[in-house]
Amino acid sequence: MPLFEEGLVRLKKKIHNKEIKASDLVDEAYARIGEVDGKVKAFLTLNEEAARDEARTIDEKGTADDALLLGMPIGIKDNLVTKGLRTTCASQILENYDPIFDATVIEKVKAQKAITIGKLNMDEFAMGSSTENSSMAITHNPWDLERVPGGSSGGSAASVAAGEVLFALGTDTGGSIRQPSAFCGVVGMKPTYGRVSRYGVVAFASSLDQVGTITRTVEDNAFLLETIAGLDPHDSTSADVKVPHYSAALTGDIKGLRVAVPKEYLGEGIDESVKDKIKAAIRQLEALGAVCEEVSLPHSKYAVPTYYILASSEASANLARFDGVRYGVRADSNDLIEMYKKSRSEGFGDEVKRRVMLGTFALSSGYYDAYYKKAQQVRTLIKQDFEKVLENHDIIVGPTTPTTAFKIGEKVDDPLTMYANDLLTIPVNLAGIPAISLPCGLADGLPVGLQMIGRPFGEKTLYRAAHAYEQTAGFKLAPAIKGAND
Amino acid sequence: MSRISEEQVKYVAHLARLSFSEEEIKTFTTQLDEIIGFAEQLNELDTEGIEPTTHVLDMYNVMRDDVVEPSLPREEALKNAPVQEDGQVKVPLIMEAD
Amino acid sequence: MSNFETIIGLEVHVELKTKTKAFCGCANEFGAPPNTHTCPICLGHPGVLPVLNRQAVDYAIKAALALNCDITRETKFDRKNYFYPDNPKAYQISQFDQPIGRNGYIEIEVDGKKKKIGVHRLHLEEDAGKLNHLEDGSGSLVDFNRVGTPLIEIVSEADMRTPQEAYAYLDKLKAIMQYIGVSDVKMEEGSLRCDANISIRPFGQTEFGTKTELKNLNSFTFVEKGLAYEERRQEKVLLSGGQVEQETRRYNDATKTTTLMRGKEGSDDYRYFPEPDIIKLKIDQEWIDRIEAEIPELPDARQQRYVEELGLTDYDAMVLTQAKTMSDFFESAISTGSDAKLIANWLMGDVSAYLNSNYKTIDEVPMTPEALAKLVKLIEEGTISSKIAKKVFKTLIEKGGDPEDIVKAKGLIQISDEGALHKLMDPILEANKQSMIDYKNGKDRALGFLVGQVMKESHGKANPNMVNKIILEEIEKL
Repeated sequence: MPLFEEGLVRLKKKIHNKEIKASDLVDEAYARIGEVDGKVKAFLTLNEEAARDEARTIDEKGTADDALLLGMPIGIKDNLVTKGLRTTCASQILENYDPIFDATVIEKVKAQKAITIGKLNMDEFAMGSSTENSSMAITHNPWDLERVPGGSSGGSAASVAAGEVLFALGTDTGGSIRQPSAFCGVVGMKPTYGRVSRYGVVAFASSLDQVGTITRTVEDNAFLLETIAGLDPHDSTSADVKVPHYSAALTGDIKGLRVAVPKEYLGEGIDESVKDKIKAAIRQLEALGAVCEEVSLPHSKYAVPTYYILASSEASANLARFDGVRYGVRADSNDLIEMYKKSRSEGFGDEVKRRVMLGTFALSSGYYDAYYKKAQQVRTLIKQDFEKVLENHDIIVGPTTPTTAFKIGEKVDDPLTMYANDLLTIPVNLAGIPAISLPCGLADGLPVGLQMIGRPFGEKTLYRAAHAYEQTAGFKLAPAIKGAND
Repeated sequence: MSRISEEQVKYVAHLARLSFSEEEIKTFTTQLDEIIGFAEQLNELDTEGIEPTTHVLDMYNVMRDDVVEPSLPREEALKNAPVQEDGQVKVPLIMEAD
Repeated sequence: MSNFETIIGLEVHVELKTKTKAFCGCANEFGAPPNTHTCPICLGHPGVLPVLNRQAVDYAIKAALALNCDITRETKFDRKNYFYPDNPKAYQISQFDQPIGRNGYIEIEVDGKKKKIGVHRLHLEEDAGKLNHLEDGSGSLVDFNRVGTPLIEIVSEADMRTPQEAYAYLDKLKAIMQYIGVSDVKMEEGSLRCDANISIRPFGQTEFGTKTELKNLNSFTFVEKGLAYEERRQEKVLLSGGQVEQETRRYNDATKTTTLMRGKEGSDDYRYFPEPDIIKLKIDQEWIDRIEAEIPELPDARQQRYVEELGLTDYDAMVLTQAKTMSDFFESAISTGSDAKLIANWLMGDVSAYLNSNYKTIDEVPMTPEALAKLVKLIEEGTISSKIAKKVFKTLIEKGGDPEDIVKAKGLIQISDEGALHKLMDPILEANKQSMIDYKNGKDRALGFLVGQVMKESHGKANPNMVNKIILEEIEKL
């Protein structure tokens, strides 16, 4: 049995008891990558030499160490900057970028002695829902190699599902952790905005981006978030709110938990097979003692257009720094403006250009009020919807995605249909609140994600509820990768 | 009725320092037009008097003390720069009209 | 006389002298080797975030209060988007619709007339890097040291009517910034920069004419000259039946003219929007009170005090308070009890003459205020003559030191003792008897000659009043 199936707590115990070494875990990671990554293509850059060195160091002196993630192999989405380890955001414009500092979350996992296995594929600059917008590689869903892993943290979710790492870090701007987690049958947490530092996260939409955790189990997820959360003096938008021991919340007891089920989340546009699984999960929660009640989030349907205006506007500014001057790829020209235009047009893919164009338009003279300001006002309404429901409920439950993983190439030429895939995850980012996606069964052999949404800084409650459900759901993370030798 | 013209798309492309072929301009005009049309759903909502949300967090006055921290060694600062000369980043000549 | 009225508004950028940059911990220091004061944040690397420097906000509030502005109680930062190699993020963090200060004014005085010039707004933003254009035309080099230096932009109302008023406004603005200690305000180092807007209109017309913007105004004199040239140029255009174009023009000091830089079409669409990486500011009364308490007496108040309490003339009081260093020097000098008017005369006269001809400011010479005060005292007490005092002053301002020591070391003490004077004078008078007789016969000039002879013989040390007295006594005796 692969070691990773045992989960963080048991693996750590085994390391402490000298039953296994950190090197065994790193060996397993690279062996598995060697075995399946040619098919899954989750990784863009491997950190093998350094990872093996770190493991050896832990092996030599580490067993007394109580570092939270001692020796645990972790995968990092390629929009989190890693000092000395190429960081590309899956974009040609950063194809050769060698970061000069570590993101705060990287410093934190390093401080707890996790071992970075490599950098993971994503939609270019996190813009997309299928990882097809990567300019580097197409990542395949381990459950069905003809399907997308979701996105933008597709590499992160696929690597965990394929057993290449114990867990991974991703980012979520409109569903980029939860949607691929749902598609790949893993647990993905998008924490409250401000819960985790954004310092070193290559910004897509600054007011929405949040780093999160992708793991095989809820317990592993709780430990990993505990490691990376907290106030960071380098990020003014990180919150000065104490980080609870999430792992201590996993009691299995959710008696009396007040659960809201928004009717909009089980309405039109959601696949019947997905609805069935979600309804079954809700019944399961009730069986565990939760009190479920139908509610309404009336402005839900405006979330996607609101998101595309706001996120694209912020992105148009955030991506302006990629100009070929200080880093990245520079196109050859003797004229400054032409150099800018060539570098950026050759360096960015179509979806990035589309969003930069949309955002530039929405902010341009004469349109700001009609688009940007309007969207900010609708954002307020969407946020208020959640506030009202969460006044009387502990969590909100629904599907993470309207469908299971779709086929590679199926939606890539139709931006609007692709955008619509995020309608259940985007409102959460707009409201800045936390949400977790966890597997709740298979529909036609593909995982379905159950989304639980909480109050600001209510991650603890989400973990408690997700864990209680997980313990009784009996979901087994076991994608059989076709053609792999296992 | 189209919501955005090819001329506007060209203007926006210049602002964003992107260049497109005529064919791409046509494609982008169509796609942006659709997306903008989609966004115009928001006009169904009366937002008169609604405060815009810039930050979801209700926080104020996050500042740091005026204390010097070490800067990067120059080699490190310029490590990723594609073209450099005399410890500086070199760029194509800037015309006055730029 | 011209039939046109000139309308001038100024946009001034002042670099704040915080220890670190506005949004990162790099040192804010002028003159370091290129690209040695940078970090991932000010270089705009992917993933970095700005964190606001509290001192920069304090200084901006201080400047706004000193310029009599209303403080915006809830304010924010915005991104101003434009591509340029000296602007690493391709947006500048600035303030768009909620500047820290609004509706202030500066009082100026031109030709004895006082006038209030409105300050439309004052906001905090970050500076750009520096471009060095290569002479061979192969490109430009970028030095990012200056990127992220906190700046305040101060936009005046279009209240100035002459280039002289613009000069006076800048002078006063500079003085105020110096007094409150928020900036070095050195135009030659770029810590104070100025752009000017100017338009003209026929007297009596209420709407403004089309304005042009002047750049490359590297000194206050350039501002004045550039505006004066532009005033004439616009007038010529209008008188010849033409129209002034809205454009940006560059001042060229070699030719004393302005030339076209770019037309209106070049104006940018900056796509301002709220900076999501920086949290809103709430400036409460307590914060304002704390900053207000740190503001020292400003030039206008000092000037008034010098006139009312020290009896200086309006002009002397104005000149002495123009630069804080000079005014502080004056304050220290009179604090020892020396006569304020005498000190003022020295500062306005010999000291200023020396400073001007040597391109120095008062804080750049070795003479201390205490030394000047002592020098004045030595004259008052009759220890040295004013002629000797000039010699002592030369040493003081060039080399510093204690005037008493200089006087002693050089043996310059005035001879006032009657016996000693007689000993010195008797042979001279004996030798010039004819002059004494001439004086007695009504030839007034003869007295001056005699005094001159004595002073010459005594190397200027003889007390002239005493010498006068003794000569007259001796003439009486004839």
